Amino acid sequence: MYVYNDYDQQLVDDRVEQFREQTRRYLAGDLEEAEFLPLRLQNGLYIQRHAPMLRIAIPYGMLASNQLRKLADIADEYDRGYGHFSTRQNIQLNWPELERVPDILAELAKVEMHAIQTSGNCIRNTSTDQFAGVLADEVVDPRPYCELIRQWSTFHPEFAFLPRKFKIAVNSAASTDRAATRVHDIGVQIIRNDAGELGYRVYAGGGLGRTPVIGEVVSEFVEEKHLLTYIEAIVRVYNQHGRRDNKFKARIKILVRAMGIEKFRAKVEAEWAHLKDNDSTLTGAEIERMKAHFSEPNYEDLPATDPAVEQLKADSKGFRNWLERNATEHRVPGYTAITLSLKKTGVAPGDITSKQMRAAADLADRYSVGEARVSHFQNLILADVRVSDLPALWEEAKANGFATPNIGTLTDIICCPGGDFCSLANAKSIPIAEQIQRQFDDLDYVYDLGNLELNISGCMNACGHHHVGNIGILGVDKKGAEFYQISLGGDSGLDASLGKILGPSFNAEEVPSVIEKIIDVYVKERTEEEEFIDTVRRVGIKPFKEQVYA
Amino acid sequence: MPELIVNREIATDTYRYLTEEDAVPATGDVIVPLVVWQAQADSLQARDGRTGVWLASDQLAEDLDERIHQADVVAIEFPKFVDGRGFSTAYLLRNRLNYQGELRAIGDILLDQLFYLQRVGFNAFLLPDGKPAAKGLELLEPISVRYQASTDTPCPLFRQLESA
Repeated sequence: MYVYNDYDQQLVDDRVEQFREQTRRYLAGDLEEAEFLPLRLQNGLYIQRHAPMLRIAIPYGMLASNQLRKLADIADEYDRGYGHFSTRQNIQLNWPELERVPDILAELAKVEMHAIQTSGNCIRNTSTDQFAGVLADEVVDPRPYCELIRQWSTFHPEFAFLPRKFKIAVNSAASTDRAATRVHDIGVQIIRNDAGELGYRVYAGGGLGRTPVIGEVVSEFVEEKHLLTYIEAIVRVYNQHGRRDNKFKARIKILVRAMGIEKFRAKVEAEWAHLKDNDSTLTGAEIERMKAHFSEPNYEDLPATDPAVEQLKADSKGFRNWLERNATEHRVPGYTAITLSLKKTGVAPGDITSKQMRAAADLADRYSVGEARVSHFQNLILADVRVSDLPALWEEAKANGFATPNIGTLTDIICCPGGDFCSLANAKSIPIAEQIQRQFDDLDYVYDLGNLELNISGCMNACGHHHVGNIGILGVDKKGAEFYQISLGGDSGLDASLGKILGPSFNAEEVPSVIEKIIDVYVKERTEEEEFIDTVRRVGIKPFKEQVYA
Repeated sequence: MPELIVNREIATDTYRYLTEEDAVPATGDVIVPLVVWQAQADSLQARDGRTGVWLASDQLAEDLDERIHQADVVAIEFPKFVDGRGFSTAYLLRNRLNYQGELRAIGDILLDQLFYLQRVGFNAFLLPDGKPAAKGLELLEPISVRYQASTDTPCPLFRQLESA
């Protein structure tokens, strides 16, 4: 993974001192609340319902084992012994003290981490596929490109006070999109053109929130070396023309819609014509330098299967289930990628204790080249596990609460912190996730339902990505009471779509039985091999509506 | 009195900031709104005293023409510090229109924004009342590393390292 050079280290060290000084001035009364606000937000620090919340950047989800251990130490020393992985591959601490945040940042800087631009109206953490580098069908490893974007966007002087937040995602897989690029402000799809040259299809104007929009193509093909200048052109057009009179209409999606994609594209291309081939154009040496940071581990020449593993699969249904749901095919024979589930019933989705962080660090060291990844689905991944190590890893995953065999199923719920923590939320989301997990506690039944993405957001800011859940649940406020609106048919993948609202909302107690009715309709209507999303697309939401509101 | 920084030094503001309704005096340094500048370009050149242009935040670089080079100062207004349009306007003035004169940030700016303002091309800052210029000078350079190109750094860090 990317390793800091002296410049990278100097930059985060400078940032620690800068924020220490800003915090000191704020506490001394030399900086007003409103003035400190954007400064702390650009360092990931929110003031929440109970305490500040600090969002720490995990660039494109990559975590080294020593970073996981540092996060564990910070969670113990400065927080309440746990953290929460967000839907954009970051981690959040829910109980730090404002006065001690500079010290947390100093601790993070020791392991090449920071909280720069994890919030605020600036360019946020660049996200990508959690299986980057090990997927058989990816065009190239997207991580070097993510790092190029990270460096370019870090402290970009022109784009720190945009109309609204700005999120970029990169996907390089041909057949899947686990990075949800189409619902990002800019989505970069790495492709090859007919001549075999590497480049990008660039989308803009996607986003969730109160006005969900699927991004549109700005350019069908941008050459590899023009990555940064093309993004710069888009962001400059947005910075000048995005709305600033209404924060709910300030995202780039509103600009692209209002202008129309043709006119927006023309403006971007006109701006880019001035930038094309300037000194910000990537050099071959720079691309190679980045790629060298993500060079392939020393994979051994291993047999694709292992007799002991085959035997255990035959003997143990639990092991079979775990492999079926939590293992992902690796492009190198004899290796597999394993997802450590953070979706155990009774635990808030994406939450991880400091003990688990240390355990995951140890597992990463012993079984996966010392690295782990965070997915936007809020789970942890060990990407380079030897097949022959699977039985041992399974035992240790079970012992540490990581082995819930539910990845990609109904109970692998994406969920924001919701009303239990977040001051923006209209309703709680974590207890809803738990109720649904309890309702569907029969693993065989959940497996039979197959791939099904259920996403919960506690308000229309949509941090839980409810619009693109196959089943989406949105917390709403009805005269001071918490209610839940349900939508069907959302999908964050290559064929991205937004869910359609089923009808009037429900109270919290009703939600599990409503989900059950929806599932019943699917089971009745599905054809063989048809996944939930396919059935909803084929039959529409009417049959579901009829059953739920009967 | 608002304090002023020009070229990294505390300076005295000699300019009067005129509105559209104000008559332009024959002498003395003035900064006039863009509409006045565009309507009276020639007579403004003839007056005795320096003349600058005042851009509101929704007046963009694309609204300007080559007459901007006659200005003694271009003042870009930040109505609220969160309104970052002026950062792009400054960048484009310097890099697209090749404006070489004084570029002054006015309005609601934070001392903690001076670093970014300087990077995109501002060399003068009229600080809001109560913001000490001495503190501003201390905060001009909080981060010593610049990854990306901007007006102050035409070459991104990776190219600088490659040619080093």
